[in-house]
Amino acid sequence: MNANPERMTAGTAPARNGIVMDCQLEKVFYGDFLAVRDSKVPIEKNKITGFIGPSGCGKSTVLRSLNRMNDLIPIFRFQGKVSYHGQDIYDKKVDPVVVRRYIGMVFQQPNPFAMSIYDNVAFGLRLNGFKGNLDERVEKALHGAAIWNEVKDKLKNSGLSLSGGQQQRLCIARAIATEPDVLLMDEPCSALDPIATRRVEELMVELKEKYTIALVTHNMQQAIRVADTTAFFGVDISQGSRTGYLVEMGPTKKIFEEPEQQLTRQYVRGEFS
Amino acid sequence: MSATDLAVESAIRDLETTPAPKPSLHRAPLELRALKSGVLTGLTWIAALLASVPLFSVIYELVVAGGSRLSWETLTALPPSAFDLGGGFGNAIVGTLVMVGIATLISLPLGILAAVYLAILDPDSRLAHTVRFLAKVLTGFPSILAGVFVYAVMVVTMKTYSALAGGVALAVLMLPTVVLAAEQAMAMVPKKMKDAAYGIGCTRTQVIWKVVLPTGAPGILTGAMLAIAGAAGNSAPLLFTALFSDYYLRSLTEPTASLAILIFNFSGMPYENQIQLAWAASLVLVLIVLVFNILARIIGRQKY
Amino acid sequence: MASHQFDNVDRSGSVSGPPSEGDYALDRGFRGIAWFSAALILALVVYIVIEIGGKAMPAIAEHGLGFLTSTSWNVQTGQFGILPQIWGTLYSSLLALLLGGVFGIAIAIFLTQDFLPNRLAAVFRTIIELLAAIPSVVFGLWGIYVLIPLLRPVANWLHANFGGVPFFGTSLSGPGLAPAALVLAIMILPTVASISVDALRQIPYKVKEAAYGMGTTRWEAILKVMLPTASSGILAALVLGFGRALGETMALAMLIGNSNQISLSLFAPANTLAALLASSFPEAGPVEIRALMYAALALLAITLIVNAVGLAVMKFATRKFEAER
Repeated sequence: MNANPERMTAGTAPARNGIVMDCQLEKVFYGDFLAVRDSKVPIEKNKITGFIGPSGCGKSTVLRSLNRMNDLIPIFRFQGKVSYHGQDIYDKKVDPVVVRRYIGMVFQQPNPFAMSIYDNVAFGLRLNGFKGNLDERVEKALHGAAIWNEVKDKLKNSGLSLSGGQQQRLCIARAIATEPDVLLMDEPCSALDPIATRRVEELMVELKEKYTIALVTHNMQQAIRVADTTAFFGVDISQGSRTGYLVEMGPTKKIFEEPEQQLTRQYVRGEFS
Repeated sequence: MSATDLAVESAIRDLETTPAPKPSLHRAPLELRALKSGVLTGLTWIAALLASVPLFSVIYELVVAGGSRLSWETLTALPPSAFDLGGGFGNAIVGTLVMVGIATLISLPLGILAAVYLAILDPDSRLAHTVRFLAKVLTGFPSILAGVFVYAVMVVTMKTYSALAGGVALAVLMLPTVVLAAEQAMAMVPKKMKDAAYGIGCTRTQVIWKVVLPTGAPGILTGAMLAIAGAAGNSAPLLFTALFSDYYLRSLTEPTASLAILIFNFSGMPYENQIQLAWAASLVLVLIVLVFNILARIIGRQKY
Repeated sequence: MASHQFDNVDRSGSVSGPPSEGDYALDRGFRGIAWFSAALILALVVYIVIEIGGKAMPAIAEHGLGFLTSTSWNVQTGQFGILPQIWGTLYSSLLALLLGGVFGIAIAIFLTQDFLPNRLAAVFRTIIELLAAIPSVVFGLWGIYVLIPLLRPVANWLHANFGGVPFFGTSLSGPGLAPAALVLAIMILPTVASISVDALRQIPYKVKEAAYGMGTTRWEAILKVMLPTASSGILAALVLGFGRALGETMALAMLIGNSNQISLSLFAPANTLAALLASSFPEAGPVEIRALMYAALALLAITLIVNAVGLAVMKFATRKFEAER
C-alpha cells in the first residue's frame, strides 16, 4: 500500500501516493432534495485532502459519505461508488459498522463520551476486542493527539471536564487509538479558539505521516496551511434548488494560485463565500 | 483534458491495479456481534409487545364484560343490595363528578396562582425553589395519605364523611400536577412577548393577565385536564373521606358514592350481579378518564 | 405611588399616562394573592406532616420503635406492629421494580433508538400513556378476574415441581404477592419508561454520532454509550417508579390478600402499608386509628425519602449536560 513510484505520472502533483479511497459520487439525495451531484474525489495515502467551498456546497455531505455516517439519516440516498481498497463501501454486502472501524472520524463539535478521559480513548480498543496492553495504547494515542502532558495526571477525570480545544484533541486521540486507515475530519477547528486551532493543525500535519486525512474546512487559510490537495465545491442553483458539486480538485498551491475555473478563482480571492 | 483530470485518471488507474483488498468490509451474519444484536433486538420487540398486552386485555374485558351490562338502567339506577338483580350506579357517577368538580374548583385557582408566583413573579426566590421541590415530591405522594390527612383534618372535626372531604382530598392530589404544568406553560411564554408588554408600560399583573395567561392557556389547560383525569380515577383517598352511599347525593356534607369505591366494594362480592356492575362501572370510569385525557391532548396540540 | 414624576411634562395630544391607582392596587393585591398561594402549598405539606405526625404521636409513645419490628396486628389485645406490612411493601415494590424496570427501560430504548418509524413510535407511546391512565381499581378488578385465574395453574405447577425453592414455597390460592407485584409492575412501567425516554432524548445527537463514528453497531452504541450516558436519568426513573409502587393502594388492597405474614414465597398472601390503611381505616376504632396513623407516618417517611432521592438524582442527571453545553 505504499507509494508506487513506477506508476507516478510526470507533471502532476509531486510524490503521487496510492489512492486509498476513491469517491465517485453521482448523486446524493435527502428525500427528494438533490444535495450533491457529480463529484469525483480521490483521497491519496498519507496526505491531507482539504474540502473547501461556500456553505451549502455539500462538502460535509461528501465527507460523511466516505464512512457512511449519513446512513444515520433515514432519508439519505447515495448514488455512485466509493472505492476503498478496491471495494465499494456502498455495496449491499458491506456493513457500514465495519467501514467506520477502518475510517475514523473527528466531528465539528468536540463530542467526548460522558466517561473518563482514559475510557474515552480506550473505547475503540475495547470495542474492537483489543487484548494487548491497554494503558500503553491509550498513552500512545494521547501522545499522538498532543494532549498527553495536559491530561496524564487526571486520566480518571471526565472527558467533559476538559476545555473545548482539549476535548477536540481527546476526540482525535479516541479516533486514532485504534490506528484506523483513514481519518475524516469535519471542520474540526470550527468550535476552537485560534491557539487550540493552531495546535490541532500542527497535529494534523504530524498525523499524516501515519494516516490518510480528509479535512472539511470553512477556513481557506487552514486549507493553505495544512492541505496537500484541495477540492473546491460549488453550489449550483440553476435547477431552482441548491445542489453542491465538485468544481475543481488539485494540489493546494495550484488551486489557490492558478486555478483553472473562474469560479474557483473568485472564491479563493474572497469574492464570495 | 485538464491536468487535474489527468491526475485523477492516473490515480484511478492506480486504484484499479491495486492488489487484493486489505480488509473485508462485508457483514458476517453469524459473527458473535451480529448474533448479539439480533437477539437483543428480538428481546426488545418482545418486551414492547408484551407490555402492550395488559392494556389490550383490560380494554377487551371492559368492552366485553362491562359493555354488555351497560344500559340506561345501570347509568341511572341505585346500587342493588346483596341478592337483588339489576340496579346500577347513577349515584356513583354523580358523586364522582361532584367530587372531581369540587377538587377542580379548589386546585385550579390555587395551583395557577402559585404557578404565577413560581414562573413570573419570583422564580429564583427561596420560596419558589422550595415550593417547586415540594410540588415534585407531592406528585409521588401516596394518594391514600391524602385520605388519611383529610380524614384527620375534616372528617374528625365535621364528624361525618362527606363529598366535601372527598373533594378536598382529591384537590390535594391534583394540586402538584396543576402547579407544575401551569408553571411550565407560563415559563415557556417567549420573553420577547413579555418584554413587549412591559415596554408599553404594563404593570406585572397586567402582563400576566393580558399576555402570560392567555398565551400559556393551552399548556395550563392540558395540565388541568390531566390532573382531572388522574383525580377521577383515584379512589384511595375517598375510602375514608367520602366513604360510600347507596343513595343520590343530597348535600355536600354527607357520605357520598363514587365509581371507584363502588368498583372496590363490588369486586370482592360473591354475587354475579355486583361483579357485572363493577365491570360496567369500570368501563364508565375509564371513559370519563379517557375523555379528559383526550381533551388534554387536543388542547395540548393547539399552538399559539 | 401617588406622585408621578412625569406630571409636569406637557402631554397635550398624548394618551400616555401612568397606570391608575386602581391598577396599582390590583397589581399589589394580585401579587400578594399569588405569593400567598405559593406559600399555601408549602404550608400544606408542613400541615400534612404535622397532622399525620401529631396524630401518630400517641401510638409512638405507646408502642415506641417496637412498632416497626413487631409482627402482630391485634385489635383485641391492642398489640400493633407493622413489620409484615413493611416487608410486603418493600418486597412487592422491589419485584415490581425488577419487572417494570426491565420492561420500562427496554421500551425507552425501543422508542428512542430508531427501532420504529416516527409515526409508529408515536402510536406506541400513546399505548404506554394510556396504560398510565387506567385507574388503579380497574387494574385491581382485572387482576382478580383475569390475571389470577391465568397465574394460578402456572403458580401451582411451579409449587408442585419446585416447592423446595423458597420463592415457590406455597401455592397460589387466590390473591397473593405475585399477582399484586405483576399489576404493580404494569402500573409503574409508564413512569419508568417516560422518564427514561426523557433521559435518552437528552443525549446530544453528537454523542450518538461519535459512537457510530467509532464503528459501533446499534446495540454497541446503546449499551456502551447511550445507556451509560443516560444512567443517572434512568436511575432517577427507577427510584421514582419505586416510590410510586410503595404508595400504590387500591390494586394492592384488592390483590395482595391482606395477610399479615412474612414469607419469601411469591404465591403467599401478604400485606402492604397502603393496603393496611385502605382495608382497616374505614372500620377502625379509636385505638386502631392511632396505630394506623403511626403506620401512615411510616409510609409517608419511606415515600418522601425515596422520592426526594429520585428527584435529587434526576437533578444531577440534567446538570451533567448543562455543564457541557
